[in-house]
Amino acid sequence: MTDDIMEGGGKIKKFLYVNRRAPYGTIYALESLEVVLIAAAFEQDVSLAFIDDGVYEIVKGQDTKGTEMKNFSPTYRALEGYDVEKLYVEKESMEARGLTEKDFLVPVQVLTAGEMADLMESQDVVLSF
Amino acid sequence: MSMLHTVNKSPLERNAFDSCLAHTKKGSAILLIEDGVYAAAKGTAASRKLEAAMKEVSVYALQPDVDTRGMQGRLVDGVKLVDYGGFVDLVTQHQGVQSWL
Amino acid sequence: MKLAVLVNEGPYTHQASDTAYQFTKAALEKGHEIFRVFFYHDGVNNGTRLMVPPSDDRNIQKRWTELAEKHKLDLVLCIAAAQRRGLLDDSEAERHGKDASNIAPGFRISGLGQLIEAGIQADRLVTFGD
Repeated sequence: MTDDIMEGGGKIKKFLYVNRRAPYGTIYALESLEVVLIAAAFEQDVSLAFIDDGVYEIVKGQDTKGTEMKNFSPTYRALEGYDVEKLYVEKESMEARGLTEKDFLVPVQVLTAGEMADLMESQDVVLSF
Repeated sequence: MSMLHTVNKSPLERNAFDSCLAHTKKGSAILLIEDGVYAAAKGTAASRKLEAAMKEVSVYALQPDVDTRGMQGRLVDGVKLVDYGGFVDLVTQHQGVQSWL
Repeated sequence: MKLAVLVNEGPYTHQASDTAYQFTKAALEKGHEIFRVFFYHDGVNNGTRLMVPPSDDRNIQKRWTELAEKHKLDLVLCIAAAQRRGLLDDSEAERHGKDASNIAPGFRISGLGQLIEAGIQADRLVTFGD
């Protein structure tokens, strides 16, 4: 795949990727992760937020042999290598689903909804999938 | 400047409207579009949530979507109607847009 | 202002493409610049040249093509999403040994970098999806 060479113009913006959907039932989790990986090449200030069912995207132990779908969860662990380290999970979403930080396959920072709202207001570009 | 939030799904179908309300800061704005306009309907299970939200945020609904769904005159008082041009203005008047899908 | 638009859903099944179109049109009428309209996920299906909707309803692809032509818009279909869903231009079709290409006029296939660039260069990015 070739991509056009373009000038970012040296601008650095804060990009927030909002993940609110569970993985596999729809393609949004997978394809939004693909955006994050490409975006890493543009050296922007990237954060990922996992809210509502989005918290399920990073749950450990995803075994896709039976459904024959691609298990893309290891990619979340690869994000660190792309300098994408700001992963935020919303506390209320996590607790409503009976999850704790120990259930996740990557280290995350847990924020309350109020803190998440503050994070969102501080962003330049918010992408929802 | 504050954020503009859009909601395009009915509050009784999906939790996007609830999630949006949980993340809007005082002084920001919510624009209801597509099926999201049902969140502005009077006398529903979601109406009280909207009325409470309106104390802190400005709520708009996209008129073409309201009319298309036959919901004219059935909206909670105080919801401001805008057309697509108004939608564009809201986008430029706020620091950014967050879409709650 | 410079605006960018992201369309995440295909034609007819969701209203996203309709709303995105009306928004884009209104923005142009107000004198704003549309930096790019980027189609992702099923949104790439807006770019098929094989759409034959009923004649008494709007033709979503044709509308985008005409708006693009009138205002010299940059309509981009994400290559990865397009490949998954069978939207190929001539060079993609040849590259993958397919016997046909199906991109409508006015649309071009390119990478996700175009979306990020739009986010960086535009003053506002608006997402239309499900």
